[in-house]
Amino acid sequence: MSASAGFMNLYSRRLWINRFNLAVSLLTMLIGLFWLGWILWTLFEAGFSALGPALFFTMTPPPGASGGLSNAIAGSLIMAAMGTLIGTPIGMMAGIYLAEFGSRGWLAPVTRFINDILLSAPSIVVGLFVYEVYVIQTRHFSAWAGTMALALIVIPVVIRTTENMLRLVPDSLREAAAALGAPQWKVITLVTVRAAKAGIVTGVLLAVARISGETAPLLFTALNNQFWSLDMNQPMANLPVVIFQFAMSPYENWQHLAWAGALIITLGVLVLNILARVFFRNKSPTY
Amino acid sequence: MNAAVLQPLQETLAQKIQVKNLNFYYGGFHALKDINLQIPEKRVTAFIGPSGCGKSTLLRTFNRMYALYPKQEARGEILIDGDDILSPRQDLNRLRAKVGMVFQKPTPFPMSIHDNIAFGVRLYESLSMREMEERVEWALRKAALWEEVKDKLKQSGTSLSGGQQQRLCIARGIAVKPEVLLLDEPASALDPISTGRIEELVHELKNDYTIVIVTHNMQQAARVSDYTAYMYLGEMVEFGVTDEVFIKPRKKETEDYITGRFG
Amino acid sequence: MSSVADTMDGLSRSDPGISPVSKTIPDANLRSQHRLDFLFRLATRSFAFLVLLLLAGIIVSLVAGSLPALRAFGPGFLTSAQWNPVTEQFGALVPIAGTLVTSFIALLIGIPVSFGIALFLTELSPIWMRRPLGTAIELLAAIPSIIYGMWGLFVFAPAFAQLQPWLTATLGAIPLAGMLFQGPPMGIGVLTAGIILAIMVIPFIAAVMRDVFEVVPSVLKESAYALGSTTWEVVWNVVLPYTKVGVVGGIMLGLGRALGETMAVTFVIGNAHKLNVSLMMPGNSIASALANEFTEAVGDLYSSALIELGLILFLITFVVLALSKMLLLRLGKMEGQKT
Repeated sequence: MSASAGFMNLYSRRLWINRFNLAVSLLTMLIGLFWLGWILWTLFEAGFSALGPALFFTMTPPPGASGGLSNAIAGSLIMAAMGTLIGTPIGMMAGIYLAEFGSRGWLAPVTRFINDILLSAPSIVVGLFVYEVYVIQTRHFSAWAGTMALALIVIPVVIRTTENMLRLVPDSLREAAAALGAPQWKVITLVTVRAAKAGIVTGVLLAVARISGETAPLLFTALNNQFWSLDMNQPMANLPVVIFQFAMSPYENWQHLAWAGALIITLGVLVLNILARVFFRNKSPTY
Repeated sequence: MNAAVLQPLQETLAQKIQVKNLNFYYGGFHALKDINLQIPEKRVTAFIGPSGCGKSTLLRTFNRMYALYPKQEARGEILIDGDDILSPRQDLNRLRAKVGMVFQKPTPFPMSIHDNIAFGVRLYESLSMREMEERVEWALRKAALWEEVKDKLKQSGTSLSGGQQQRLCIARGIAVKPEVLLLDEPASALDPISTGRIEELVHELKNDYTIVIVTHNMQQAARVSDYTAYMYLGEMVEFGVTDEVFIKPRKKETEDYITGRFG
Repeated sequence: MSSVADTMDGLSRSDPGISPVSKTIPDANLRSQHRLDFLFRLATRSFAFLVLLLLAGIIVSLVAGSLPALRAFGPGFLTSAQWNPVTEQFGALVPIAGTLVTSFIALLIGIPVSFGIALFLTELSPIWMRRPLGTAIELLAAIPSIIYGMWGLFVFAPAFAQLQPWLTATLGAIPLAGMLFQGPPMGIGVLTAGIILAIMVIPFIAAVMRDVFEVVPSVLKESAYALGSTTWEVVWNVVLPYTKVGVVGGIMLGLGRALGETMAVTFVIGNAHKLNVSLMMPGNSIASALANEFTEAVGDLYSSALIELGLILFLITFVVLALSKMLLLRLGKMEGQKT
């Protein structure tokens, strides 16, 4: 009798622990959703009213005046595009090396390790580096410097996704191309990379999403520009730095613009992420 | 059936591939032990044997597919038309243009059906668009796939069914006009009807190509091949005319395998 | 058979003949192929090498930039809490402490919450909810950090300031540990920064945990259930040990992110170069010091001190990453996994 009573005590205790922990888990999920909802709601509430043609076609205003974010938006688009254009081929080539030629020698494991470091490196350090080697040498801030910093953030991401996606391509596909007498470079470029295309493109999209929101690397490189300028050799306006400057200021319409800018960036980033997801799901080949 | 008609011809047939004292290693593992073998020209030779006996390994030495991987090594001699293909002077791409391979799993390239076939042809021939279309049609007809895909040549190769994909791979392999075709369990991933089609194909193709087929399906080997080699644990146990090997094997191990006592 | 007849038809119509191509491939073609192969391999190899050069470049430039400060302050830089641009006395203690403490808080809050979320996503949630919820978490991870910073400053901090007196009253009353919770209810401060950081890293760690939880073979879990285990027991005793390596990896990823995070922290940490015991007081982190002061730093020594801070931050993340890789290797070896 006492044995089964002991058993029941142990059992009900386990049940309670189980229920408690599962309840806590539910709670954490709700907390997570709560933050997401609260943040997005704040963004919309504060920034939505500023959305409109004026936002996209007027320049950033002097303190206290009203205006738009056109130069900042343009600057962000330009630097993100250039940074991606420069960083993607470099990253892809290195990723191809790691996946296709990486089974022999010392370079591949070392590169992978270093790439992991660069992936996790604080982006502000990247900004510092570009400052030291480029801004100081050219003696001024510039959009090229900003582009360089963004490219340096894109490269490790593209390397990682390219390598991973290429590794997913089954060896039998490579062998089939080689069996026809194709030289290795054709096997890689015409067959293997093509087969991994969807995943690689997704990786690039995600890299773009990542650099769209980066502030720190632009702080000491592209800086900011109050006026409309497309000169890559001059400081260029960009959304994140503008938001930083405006948000920390005491002026209300500047703060309002900052929220609008934040909303634009968030929407852009979310759209890119969803696009990447959908693209990957639809175009991904079944090996 | 491939009759004992061939038996008296065996001595007069040209030997397309001659394997002499071949040993193969996966790293430290001795996978093929002292193989000696002659593959006759324009006939179908089947390699049979239980899993892990080395039949695929042996097949893959004929186009040096193993060279893609660092720890795999072959020692000995393999003469194709008298040239030792294991020699370091042998150009691998030239070899593979001459010796084609179809794999167990269908491997359509991520391109259109037309481009799948054109890919191999473009490597070594420059054909006009018209000539290429003719070649594509010829290869697809030979692989008994033309009627099914002639209206959708621009569609991706991956959109076909498994059996169709495999026939596409065969068409791809034939389109470059090799001399030897290596088939590594070409039907094992397919349903019975597709398998039957592939077997018909092999029967027809042997008029023009030397064919070596690896199969774990003994009945298939018996149906399709003129000569059969039985392998066990990396060794060549017996080689001979198919009917003889199946009806009156010389070695007891062969008989055990064929009657299903093991494997 | 009809299919054979098909092929016979086609043959007679346009048979290009069977003469093999391989006999006619000129050597020159093959040679140029091999040359191209060599060049391609060389090209990809060079780009991989570029990555090494990049790292070397970063370290070299950071060290070069820090030299004036290194010479002026030596190892004392790490322990000095001074930060006076006027007298040019600089010390890294406050920013380093802020970086480490905020990251620690972020992990302290983040790891259990991430675990709870991953647990929910893999075991509790109804199947139809898994994809949308998982996507929601991943979207949280995609939100740029400046958004978190702004939200933290304008929305969270004022709300938290309401909560702070209560915290000071309750947690502040605990002997010893209470010292952590003293201070005016400003809303911003080290604790706030830690909380915002936690909200930022939770999606990362949760996503990684969820990914590794999902690949646990069902048979493993089923065997535990078959013995009468509760869901919690299966997760704690089977899933978690099985996914140890991935979980640790995810945590390290989150830690790396937290250490280097700039914008989310800069808005709410208060940017004060004073060392306080209490978490509710403002402080500084390396990244936010850089963000706030670098472009206005006057004088070589000031800039150099900031660069040295950057170097220290880089080294901290480097060490954390290297340690985590070693830990993962060791864990993997213990399990006999391929690393």
